[in-house]
Amino acid sequence: MNETLEKVIEILTDLHEDVDFATAEKLWDSHILDSFDVVTLVAELNNEFDIVIGADKMTPENFNSAQALAALVEELSEI
Amino acid sequence: MLFTDSVFIIGLCVLAAVYFVIPKKTRWGLLLLASCAFYAYSGWTNLLYILTTAASTFGVTLAMDRMAAKRKETLTAHKADWSKDEKKAYKEAANKKRFRLLVLCLFINFGMLAVIKYGAFTVKNLNSLIGVFGGEGSIPVPEFLLPMGISFFIFQTMGYAIDVYREKYAAERNFAKLTLFVSFFPQLIQGPISRFDELSKGLFAGSGFEARRVLFGVQRILWGYMKKMVIADRMLPAVKVLISDPEQYRGMYALVGILFYGLQLYADFTGGIDITIGIGQVLGIPIAENFNRPFFSKNITEYWRRWHITLGTWFKDYLFYPVSVCKPMINFSKWSRQKLGKNIGKYAPVYVSTVAVWFVTGLWHGAAWNFIVWGLMNAVVILVSERCTPLYQKFHKKFAWSNTHAYDGFQALRTFLLMGCLRMFDCYRDVPLTFKMFGTMFTDWNVGIFFDGSLMNLSLTASDYAVLLTGTAVLFIASLLGRKGSVRKQILDRSPLLSCAVTVALLLIVVIFGAYGIGYDASQFIYNQF
Repeated sequence: MNETLEKVIEILTDLHEDVDFATAEKLWDSHILDSFDVVTLVAELNNEFDIVIGADKMTPENFNSAQALAALVEELSEI
Repeated sequence: MLFTDSVFIIGLCVLAAVYFVIPKKTRWGLLLLASCAFYAYSGWTNLLYILTTAASTFGVTLAMDRMAAKRKETLTAHKADWSKDEKKAYKEAANKKRFRLLVLCLFINFGMLAVIKYGAFTVKNLNSLIGVFGGEGSIPVPEFLLPMGISFFIFQTMGYAIDVYREKYAAERNFAKLTLFVSFFPQLIQGPISRFDELSKGLFAGSGFEARRVLFGVQRILWGYMKKMVIADRMLPAVKVLISDPEQYRGMYALVGILFYGLQLYADFTGGIDITIGIGQVLGIPIAENFNRPFFSKNITEYWRRWHITLGTWFKDYLFYPVSVCKPMINFSKWSRQKLGKNIGKYAPVYVSTVAVWFVTGLWHGAAWNFIVWGLMNAVVILVSERCTPLYQKFHKKFAWSNTHAYDGFQALRTFLLMGCLRMFDCYRDVPLTFKMFGTMFTDWNVGIFFDGSLMNLSLTASDYAVLLTGTAVLFIASLLGRKGSVRKQILDRSPLLSCAVTVALLLIVVIFGAYGIGYDASQFIYNQF
C-alpha cells in the first residue's frame, strides 16, 4: 500500500470508523459517503496534499473507493 | 395546456400514432414540432423564452467546445518545448476564457428567470425596506406572467451548459436538436430535470414500436392519471377548506391538513411524473426517475434523496459541490481551522454551503418568504440531524429493538410528519401564520373532530373518503411491491392477460372515480407553478 493510499484511508476512517476502506467499493453509489462526507473529505484532502479538487472531479468514479481517491490525489499532485 | 386537458390527450394519441409511421430520422423533428405547439398553446410569446435559452446556450456551448479543442491542439503542439509551468499557465488562461463564456450564459438565463420570477418580490421587499427607513418606497412593481415550467427548462439547460464547460461531453451541434432538449414537452409542466447525456440518446434515436414497452408506458400513464385525478384532485377541495379559514380549522384540523396535503402533493407530483415517464416510455425515450418511495424514508436526508431526485442532484452537482469547494470557501475552511479549531473548521464550509443551497432551493420553489423560510428550516433540520448522527448510532447499538422493522416504520412516520410540518409553509403561504398554526396543534386539543363527524364537513363525502382510503391503500401496496422491482413487470410475468386486465381496470378507475363535474377545475399540477 503506497503512502497516498494509506493517508486517504486514514482520512476516510476518521469520517466513518466502522467501514473497512481498504476493501470497500461503491462508497458513493451506496451512500456510505453522503454529500456532507464528500465535501468534508475534499477539504481534508486539499489540506493534506495541498491540491485543489474541483467540483467537476466530485463524481462516483473518483469517490467510489479509497483506491480511486488515491489515484485522483496523485493525478492532481502531478499537475 | 395540462396533462388532464382533452386536447392534450387527443394530441398525444395522434402524436404516438404518427411517430411510429414516419421515418426514424425525422421522429425527433416531430417531437420538436409537438413541443413547440404544446408550449405555444400557453401563449406564443412564451416561445421567446425557450428560444432565448436555446440560442444563448447553443452559441456559448459551441464556442466553449471550439476553445477546448484549440487548447488541446496548442498543448499537443507545444508538448515538447513548453515547460510544465508554461503549460499550466496556458491551460488556466484558456479555461478562464471558457469560464467567462459560461458565466455569460448563466447570467442571461438566470437573469431572465430572476427578472420574471423574482422581480416583483425583490421590488416589493425593497419598497418595504425603504418604508422602514422613512422613505416612500414607491418603486413600480414589475408584473410578468410566469411562463410555464421556466424554472425547469432553465435549470435543465444550464446543467447542460455547465457539463459542456466541464468537458463531460461535447456540445450539441444541431440547434434544432438542442431546442428539442430544452423544450421536450412532457417535461415542461413539472420536470423532471434531465441530464443531456441521458435524455438526448432517447430523444434523437427515434425508437421503433415495441409492444411490451408501449404497454408499460400506457400503464404508467394511467397510473399517473389515477394518482392525479382520483386521489390528488379529490383531496384538493378539503385541503382548500382547511387552509382557507385558519381561525376555524386549527389544532387537530392543522394535523389533518398536514396528512391531507402530504397525500395530495405526493399523488399530484408523482402522478404528473408518472405521466411524463410513461409518455417517454411509449415513445422509447427513457426519462429520469424523480421519486423512490419517499414516504418510506427514515430521516430527512434520505427523504431528500428520494423526493424530487433530479432537483436534489442538480443542486448537489451544480451548486452545493461548487460552492463547497470554491476558492473563498477553501480560504474560509483554512481560516476556520486556524481560528475555530480543527473540528469546527472541518465542518464549517459544508454547513455554510448547506444553508446557502437550501436558501436557493426555497427560492426556486417560489418568490415568497414562506418558501425561503421553508428552505432554511430544511437546512436546520438536516444540520441538526447531521450533528446528532453519532448519538443515533450509539442509540442503535445499545437498543436492539431500534433495529426492527417496527422501528423502521416509526422512523418513516416521524419523517412523514416532520416533512408535513415543514410543508405547512407551502400550505399557508404566510410565515407567522404557519408558526401559529403549528403551535395550535399543541395548544388546541380538539381531538373530538375525529369522532363527531366534523371531518365530513370538509367538502368530502363518505364516498370521497372511501375512494381516497382505497386509493391510498393501493398506492401503499404498490409501493411495497415496488421494492422487489417493477410492479408492471411482476404482473406481466405472472400473466399477459392479467397485465391487459390491469390496464383496462386503471382506465375504468380513472374514468369512473376521477374527480370531474361542475365547478371541477383540473387546475394546476402543484409543481407547475414553480
